[in-house]
Amino acid sequence: MSARERILNRVRAVTADKNGDDPARRIAEPPRLIRPDLGDDLVQRFGEKLTLGGGSLARVQDLQQAVVEIELFIRDAELALSLRAAPALKGLPWGDALEVSFGPSAGDDLVSVTPAFCAIAETGSVVLLSGEHSPTTLNFLPDVHIVVVESNQLVRHFEDAWIKLRESGEIPRTVNIITGPSKTADVEQTLQIGAHGPRKLHVIWIDR
Amino acid sequence: MQPQSHRFKQNVSVALQDVQLQKALERVQEGFVDKRAAVVSTLPEFEQLREQGKAIRNHVLDNLDFYLQRFESQVQARGGQVHWAENAQQARDIVRDICKRVGAKMVIKGKSMISEEIALNDALEADGLDVVESDLGEYILQLAQEPPSHIIAPAIHKTKAQISELFYHAHQKLGYTRKLDTVPDLVNEAREVLRSRYLEADVGITGANFLVAETGSNIIVTNEGNGDLSCTLPRVHIVTASIDKVVPTLDDASALLRLLARSATGQEITSYTTFSSGPKRAGDPDGPDEYHVVLLDNGRTEMLAGAFRDMLRCIRCGACMNHCPVYGVIGGHSYGWVYPGPMGSVLTPNFLGLDEAGDLANACTMNGHCASVCPVKIPLPDLLREHRRRQFERKLQPRFARFALAAWATIVRRPRHYQPLMSMGIRILNRLGRGKGRFKSLPMLGAWTQTRDLPAPQTQTFQSLWKKQRGDER
Ligand code: SF4
Repeated sequence: MSARERILNRVRAVTADKNGDDPARRIAEPPRLIRPDLGDDLVQRFGEKLTLGGGSLARVQDLQQAVVEIELFIRDAELALSLRAAPALKGLPWGDALEVSFGPSAGDDLVSVTPAFCAIAETGSVVLLSGEHSPTTLNFLPDVHIVVVESNQLVRHFEDAWIKLRESGEIPRTVNIITGPSKTADVEQTLQIGAHGPRKLHVIWIDR
Repeated sequence: MQPQSHRFKQNVSVALQDVQLQKALERVQEGFVDKRAAVVSTLPEFEQLREQGKAIRNHVLDNLDFYLQRFESQVQARGGQVHWAENAQQARDIVRDICKRVGAKMVIKGKSMISEEIALNDALEADGLDVVESDLGEYILQLAQEPPSHIIAPAIHKTKAQISELFYHAHQKLGYTRKLDTVPDLVNEAREVLRSRYLEADVGITGANFLVAETGSNIIVTNEGNGDLSCTLPRVHIVTASIDKVVPTLDDASALLRLLARSATGQEITSYTTFSSGPKRAGDPDGPDEYHVVLLDNGRTEMLAGAFRDMLRCIRCGACMNHCPVYGVIGGHSYGWVYPGPMGSVLTPNFLGLDEAGDLANACTMNGHCASVCPVKIPLPDLLREHRRRQFERKLQPRFARFALAAWATIVRRPRHYQPLMSMGIRILNRLGRGKGRFKSLPMLGAWTQTRDLPAPQTQTFQSLWKKQRGDER
């Protein structure tokens, strides 16, 4: 008998008489669990919670303005006007002010720009999926991570993000829920931004 | 690590004299406890969420076989592999074999308590692998060659000066020759040093805060992003997790995540919550080629069958130790193994036996603070009492303690004798302590009075005061 069989047999021996929810059913139709009340203004809530986690937000009207805002943010951070973007964003009106390349990061990019799958009002988080056109390395290696979100991507709770994800088909290799820049309090419980990942998280919000 | 739980009493004596440690422990109370209280007070649903969290975890334990198999099949469906380990040795061998097969030279690690439990680093290093911890706290401890003293903040007992010293010695050979004295400088230096290690590593090993049966995902929760780099950059990702980590669906995971960060660090959510499901897919520009999950039993199926089943609900948030007055003065290392505080005092005797770790349960004051903050409502004091009962049954306590307990039990069961005896004792102590109101030392209680004074009692027992007051009211 394998270790697997022995472990499962021991588990079965003490879970044999089951009552309560049927587990297969729970997976097929997840029951509705308690969801915290969020109030009505979801966009405002998203902004507040994002800021609470150390991120920042800029609201713009269209893609053109989004590119301008990206440039401004990089200038503010006093970095070179060069960035690495997710291939999914090739269609942005990039213009010539910025030097833009597309693809995963090998660790030497200071700024990345990525799309999001959705944004969660409950926690002020952005949800990013790995895939051919959205490399995960862009979410962690650069010093500045800029995420472009459209207002119709906003959902209320985590659970709403999962509904969307299930509808979109197969779960990708990586789902990143990101809420703020990288931080640590491992030295004397003192909060320090920029532990291993981005020192800045900036969300560009396109009102649609 | 070699368990030192049998030395609990000696460990405690050392800890109580350690000035640096005492200072650090004060910060635990200030930091974690206040932050948790603040964040919980802004979520009216918190108590309901605790009840729900308990129900979800109980449901998982009732159906653990189903969810483990479902998890396994989902991992496999996405091209990953699941390995089952009955004990620490098997788990180590599984990881060592994978590292050998892929020709690994360097391993980068995210924080994993299971890795500590199975003493993985030593085993990998013995195979000649270069193993680097990437969680800043764990990295500091790796340099100091110490075990973690807290499950969430492993290096909480270290001061800035001590960390500076460790970095100075370890990083000199890398060209960092300045002694640092600010937190930003220390964090930055670690960031720079570790950055290249992520890129060099062949294998990334992370733990799992949860395993999701619905999708075959493992979830890791970090603020640093270290675990995320560790599972994205190397070509092989290995997850070390215990069998109790599984939850049914993404929704259930979310419900528990709402409890986890609030209970652990007083945050609503950490910076990064990452779900990994299988290796990278066709066309993915990054991510690992191989994905493995090692599922560890190591005594948990035994707990599932017995009186300690409730303990398996634990989501490893650390709230119980943050709120424990005993942990607050003796620190994590006193417990002598991997898991400290109330949860550790319940778990360690289960894993290592009462002979090695029985004393841990005896240190509890039964104040119940831990159970009142535990996000999944584990009755920790009841479980600790169960360890005590078993020690008494197996005659593990010293003869004198057993005799004293038996004598006390005999008297206390006879109120007619107990009450006059108590009031007499109290009167005597009160007279002896008169003037100072406290005792600096007492015969046979030297160990107790060494680090604190015993307040002299009032002149009356609670019972006689009670009687009097009731009499007055009537
Ligand atoms: S026992 Fe409860 S409070 Fe302690 S670590 Fe586990 S879940 Fe958290």
